Amino acid sequence: MTPVIETYCHIRNNHIFRDGKLIFELPGADLKVFLKSAYKFLNPGYARFYKMDEISKLGFLAAEVLSPAFNRELPQEETAVVLSNTHSTWVTDMHHQETINNDKNFFPSPAIFVYTLPNIMTGEISIRHNFRGENAFFIFEKFDPEFISNYTNHLIMSSKASSCLGGYVDQTPRGYDVFVYYLRSGKNEEGKPEHNAGELRRLYEYGNG
Amino acid sequence: MEELIEQLKKQIIEQLNLEDLEPGDIDPEDPLFGNGLGLDSIDALELIVLLEKEYGVKIENPRDGQQIFFSVKSMAEYITQHQK
Repeated sequence: MTPVIETYCHIRNNHIFRDGKLIFELPGADLKVFLKSAYKFLNPGYARFYKMDEISKLGFLAAEVLSPAFNRELPQEETAVVLSNTHSTWVTDMHHQETINNDKNFFPSPAIFVYTLPNIMTGEISIRHNFRGENAFFIFEKFDPEFISNYTNHLIMSSKASSCLGGYVDQTPRGYDVFVYYLRSGKNEEGKPEHNAGELRRLYEYGNG
Repeated sequence: MEELIEQLKKQIIEQLNLEDLEPGDIDPEDPLFGNGLGLDSIDALELIVLLEKEYGVKIENPRDGQQIFFSVKSMAEYITQHQK
């Protein structure tokens, strides 16, 4: 039985969509203001958010949007987090580089440095939602629905997970692109999209419409 | 000392991204770690960097860290004693 995409989230151009419906927007604001405003709108009451770098905040917010659909009755080890992007932590890397550029004023920031790996984002999401299943982060030239669907379906089919938060969270100095979804195993009684490469590609590109 | 304490509070809030806090919310004698502000190990490293970057003060003995960073007041006292 093919796993089902229970719900999905896009965050692009200061707009947040859940299942294709707009739930929050702040056009024209810079990213820092947008992230803070979106956090206050979603109101998760999680002060650790403010310590995260921007790309982790983006992933965190997407997971927060989807969180009402998470199956909390599953054992913690049965939810995986499998995310991907193209530019790793490019923007955070730049911030880290700025702190070490000047030999005479050399003060690397531990709080920035700790975020210079994209799998820290999956860690932050896992900590927030108590997910203790597979954690993986992949870097591709572009969003790769074939790989992500095959990899995650294999986790489900081999009983290593019953549900999974998957998708693509990317940031460059020019902008960001977030598509995150929550999938589950089991019957598809509501006609939700099946978790395969074609549906993932369609949903990902739908948000670009 | 009072001025240094107020300055430290502002720097700690900014450096550690304690977004919803104002300087007036921090009691200078309250623990920074554990049940106080609830800072973590990365915050501890940031405070070490703060001391060196803003005040030119290095921690001579790492074992003194727990005492030095117990509260804003203990940080201020250490700076006052060791700043050149």
